[in-house]
Amino acid sequence: MANRISDLLGTGPVVTDGAWGTELQARGLLSGDIPDLWNLTRPDLVGEVAHAYVEAGSQVILTNTFGANRLRLDAHGAAGQVEAINRRGVEISKSAAGNRARVFASMGPSGKLLMSGETTVAELTTAFAEQAQALADGGADAIVIETMSDLDEAKAALAAAKSSGLPVVVCMVFDAGKDKDRTMMGATPEVVARELTAAGADVIGANCGVGIERYVPVCQRLRAATDCPIWIKANAGLPVMEGGRVVYRTTPEEFACHVPALLAAGASFIGGCCGTSPAFIRAVCTKLPGR
Amino acid sequence: MQDLKALYEAVLNGDAKASKELTEQALAAGVSPLALVNDYMVPAMDEVGKRFECNEYFVPELLISARAMKASLELIRPLLTASGAKPLAKVAIGTVKGDLHDIGKNLVAAMLEGGGFEVLDLGVNVAPEQFVNAVREKGATVVAMSALLTTTMPSMKSTIEALKTAGVRDKVKVIIGGAPITQKYADEIGADGYSESAPGAVTLTKKQLAA
Repeated sequence: MANRISDLLGTGPVVTDGAWGTELQARGLLSGDIPDLWNLTRPDLVGEVAHAYVEAGSQVILTNTFGANRLRLDAHGAAGQVEAINRRGVEISKSAAGNRARVFASMGPSGKLLMSGETTVAELTTAFAEQAQALADGGADAIVIETMSDLDEAKAALAAAKSSGLPVVVCMVFDAGKDKDRTMMGATPEVVARELTAAGADVIGANCGVGIERYVPVCQRLRAATDCPIWIKANAGLPVMEGGRVVYRTTPEEFACHVPALLAAGASFIGGCCGTSPAFIRAVCTKLPGR
Repeated sequence: MQDLKALYEAVLNGDAKASKELTEQALAAGVSPLALVNDYMVPAMDEVGKRFECNEYFVPELLISARAMKASLELIRPLLTASGAKPLAKVAIGTVKGDLHDIGKNLVAAMLEGGGFEVLDLGVNVAPEQFVNAVREKGATVVAMSALLTTTMPSMKSTIEALKTAGVRDKVKVIIGGAPITQKYADEIGADGYSESAPGAVTLTKKQLAA
């Protein structure tokens, strides 16, 4: 099973995908709508996004299931649809991927903070295990736990995801501290890499954050602290408002010019997070040897 | 009487048990509740904020210190109320309409409570009318709005407009925050202030009320 990861990496660094939320908004998803529900109501449009990334050169695409855990869906009265949303999300991505890309299913944070007593490890474990099982049933090749700010929540999600039998990628957000190299809870890349390796992660990484250039040193430090492959999906910088609209100023070319540095820092999987699009993935592909 | 510096240390180190015990002892010994707050606890929270700004403290330290502060304030607040002292101000806080993220908002609420404000937590996905009601009916003099999503930032602007339409905009200070928010955005939509961190929100609120 972890072989699936090493087989994939056999031919060199792997290009993953870019943002989904902004792509769905471009297709009519309204602010405040839950993107994950579209797996059931607008599978055609979700499929378009998946397909656009495969066309752009993604060798691994994710799924529209980032927020599809019971704790988040419950806030929208949709907790009863956890299984259907996740399973369908994987099926949509698999159908777009065909045999051209692998499908790594996305699991995002619960949106609750353990430390302030908003949730418990037991509650998180139940919610994540339920989601992971539905993703595995849908036929995912691996699970990606992403955008985590709290190592304890990430570890609860990892243990739950591993119970599905699939390989698991765990990536956290590093955007705090004066060098923007800590998680919100203060963990360094070294602590994150060490603890997630010990907890059995197959791939470890960083996503979201404050821009791709900041993730070069983070990547280096993760690399030095673990033998696991490293996964990096950075934002297209921080958004700015222009005339009431949200704009990410980083261009695909500016983003891609940091790719060689990320590869040199030891990244094995490279893609984009908020503000990136299929155009970013095409630009990233041009920087990879032999692609 | 025991050295009250220990109370300062208890809040700074987030030791809620010690903070509560020391407060009980001090009150029993006849120390003025207001002096406990102003001379020991608030300075401790100020130091927590400074350490956060210097990257010595992170969110876990903020939370445990705010918890220690709260444990002591629960003993002190009834006494202050009985003596006629008013809380600093009532802050209506919420994550704006369309946005369900509550971690950042909860952190700011905890820090504001620790800073001596009365906090009215309106929750997440808070419609402009709810903020207006909190001002009109609950007497909030500060409106604090949070947004994590770039797509829900415009709800901050509509809330400010709703406050204007209701004729209460000049009765309140409006402060905003959240990952995608900037000072420039605050200026653009006519908010009174912006803070990039939870402890910063306390300093900002105090400054705004003094202005």
